[in-house]
Amino acid sequence: MSQFDFLKPKSRQIEFEQFDDRILTFVLERERSFLTCISCGGCTATCSAGNLTSFNIRKIGLSLRRGSINDLSDEIQKCMFCGKCTLVCPRDINIRNVVLLIKKRIAQLESEKTL
Amino acid sequence: MTEKRNIAIIGAGIAGQEAASVLAGLGYKVTLLEKQERMGGMLNKWSKLFPDFSSSQQILDTVQVSANKNLSVICNADISSITKENGRFELSDNSSLKVYADLVLLATGYNLFDATLKEEYGYGVFENVITSVDFEKVHKSGKKLTTLLGKEPRRVAIIHCVGSRDAKSGNTYCSKVCCITGVKQAIEVTRMWPDCEVFNFYMDLRLYGSKYDSLYLEAQKHHKVQFIRGRLSEISERQDKGLQLKAEDTLQGRPLRMNADIVILLVGMEACEQNADLCRNNTLDLDENRFFKSKNIHYARNISTQPGIFMAGSCICPMSVNETLESSRSAAFLVDKSFRSVQVEE
Repeated sequence: MSQFDFLKPKSRQIEFEQFDDRILTFVLERERSFLTCISCGGCTATCSAGNLTSFNIRKIGLSLRRGSINDLSDEIQKCMFCGKCTLVCPRDINIRNVVLLIKKRIAQLESEKTL
Repeated sequence: MTEKRNIAIIGAGIAGQEAASVLAGLGYKVTLLEKQERMGGMLNKWSKLFPDFSSSQQILDTVQVSANKNLSVICNADISSITKENGRFELSDNSSLKVYADLVLLATGYNLFDATLKEEYGYGVFENVITSVDFEKVHKSGKKLTTLLGKEPRRVAIIHCVGSRDAKSGNTYCSKVCCITGVKQAIEVTRMWPDCEVFNFYMDLRLYGSKYDSLYLEAQKHHKVQFIRGRLSEISERQDKGLQLKAEDTLQGRPLRMNADIVILLVGMEACEQNADLCRNNTLDLDENRFFKSKNIHYARNISTQPGIFMAGSCICPMSVNETLESSRSAAFLVDKSFRSVQVEE
């Protein structure tokens, strides 16, 4: 049957029971302002990297808050740390620091070989 | 027993005037103090009201008070201090004016957010960026909205939450009336120019009032107004004075660039700067948004933290016209009740 795997597509559901909060908890403990994001997209609109690549900082934050952290480690490398996102954020979230913390945590998890 | 029946009302906008009519009608001696040359306040700047496009002038005419034996009106009176001595209040401006009263009603209203502070939107720099109040002025003049060069706009963008729900502007609260104003003005633009495309950029659409959602439906059904969920990050000007907008279309999850001929910024409501002055030498207090603090947000909304001082209208929090008028009448009722209870005690 293994060659017929395409007949069993992966579920598109957000599996909330598999909520992985290992990055989220780390970020929130160090950058409380991240709690208040309302996904307005101001950050993504002004993002230097996002205008050139598929990088979407708002979506990264959102998937973090939904506990889904797959494929995050490659995506987060696209940030150039210009800080414009932090300047426009209406909730005054230090987004630049959020990205930094995500990278730190990913490095930790990768060194523990648990990601 | 000396009868205590003098009331001073600060602010002769629709809130102050409505309360003045009610209280003078009940036989109290009312002094209505207005800092501008004429009464009417902020509503003078508006053309038509949501949700029914009725004329704001009609409201102004309806609430208009005229001086009589119970009511005196003093214009150009910019009251900056309220003190209580020997059981009565003394109100004074920076010159020689002094008004005495047994009870005070604050109806000082609100200020408009200064859109030049949102530098990334270019108001005051790019001529085709205007505010919702500028639009009302055009509408009231009976002219059609045109670009700086007098041309018909092909596309107009309306930006929600300018100076509201924005920590960078120092205002984290919602001004509440802008969303519905944005929908109303979108319809008014398409009524002026049926071929003009109108886009509203919002973070959350908050159409809270009775009949507001039907206006939203009307905008979609009959005026093809389009709503994009995304906060504008910046506006830039092209050589031909056209504008380029940057936002994220958050529902598509992609950054969006759009050209527009005119941008309307929906400016929010702020507490008046002079509120802080009025709080000196008494126990009046401001809330976290710099509006006057109520004794209780549910059952004593019109009652301030200083006994004997009441509040009406948008000096309490952002309010629509109908809410303001209701707030004034409820304040007048409480003022009357307060006088009666004092007399019973005596």
